Amino acid sequence: MQSIPDTDFEMRSQDAICVNESQLSHKWYHQLKYLVVGILFGIVLVKSEVVSWFRIQEMFRFQSFHMYGVIGSAVVVGIISVLIIKRFKIRTIYGEPVQFHKKQFNKGQVIGGLLFGLGWAVTGACPGPIFAQIGTGVTVAIVVLLSAVAGTWVYGKVRDRLPH
Amino acid sequence: MNSFIELLRQPWPWYVSGPLIGLTVPALLLLGNKSFGISANLRHICAMCFPANIPFFRYDWRKELWNLFLVAGVLLGGTISAWLLSDPNPVQVNPALVNELAGYGIHNYQSQVPAELFSWGQLFTIRGLLMMVGGGFLIGFGTRYAGGCTSGHAITGLSMLQWPSLVATVCFMVGGLIMANFILPIILSL
Repeated sequence: MQSIPDTDFEMRSQDAICVNESQLSHKWYHQLKYLVVGILFGIVLVKSEVVSWFRIQEMFRFQSFHMYGVIGSAVVVGIISVLIIKRFKIRTIYGEPVQFHKKQFNKGQVIGGLLFGLGWAVTGACPGPIFAQIGTGVTVAIVVLLSAVAGTWVYGKVRDRLPH
Repeated sequence: MNSFIELLRQPWPWYVSGPLIGLTVPALLLLGNKSFGISANLRHICAMCFPANIPFFRYDWRKELWNLFLVAGVLLGGTISAWLLSDPNPVQVNPALVNELAGYGIHNYQSQVPAELFSWGQLFTIRGLLMMVGGGFLIGFGTRYAGGCTSGHAITGLSMLQWPSLVATVCFMVGGLIMANFILPIILSL
């Protein structure tokens, strides 16, 4: 893998939204700030009941506004934040300009999206909440997580034969 | 102070938690040019543990170590909530849902997930296998095929006004509607 550094970014960003865009490398303890963000995010997920299977069932039956309010207001705050960062060319704490990449449309967003939707409603968890559920003591969610890793692995294995 | 902790123990309303979730996007961008997403971690775990010479897993996962730290934090955040901020009351949901689920023998609202469905004892029933193993597989396969999950597409992608993310988010919802309303009732009857 070290022998192909020139294509590493292309490979990492394949089928991915969240990619490390930074050119900098730091000592490992710089990663701890992401641990802190994760802890805060995990607490919000649990306290907003986004990790509740029951809340997900309510959402997909249009029986409550709660989940739509959470996702909708998160997106509004996200859009405003990104606009502010772009408008004022705000840099990262290390002084790098913030990178935005356009995502290309492919059929995976439809087919994969539908498959993920099925899995989300049956387990009542998307990837973030699976980790948060394990943290709250729902140990059987480890099975859901391992199965999701297996699903990702199989996708990687058969990727070239799927429509994109 | 005590009354503040008491307040934190209650379920947080959407207009508090939603904006906090939204702030994750600029926080990660400004802390180090990271686009917020969770499901890519499943791929990093594959790249780290079982690359099996598959090109899709042959990349330098150490560059994405930040994402694994983030998700380790999500797990710890779950533990902290359960330990310090837990609410003794069961989750309050729409009575219509309570009625429907009672028909399938689901009455326990104490945990994040119904104990009647998600437990080690249920794992080796047909229902348990379909829901936990089958559901997990669909999450892992589907998110990567779609190129992101609820955080990557619905939060980050929409925040950056990427229309492919809107397509993905609509498809997540359509898949969920089909499962919850048409397929799940069959699985729950098994």
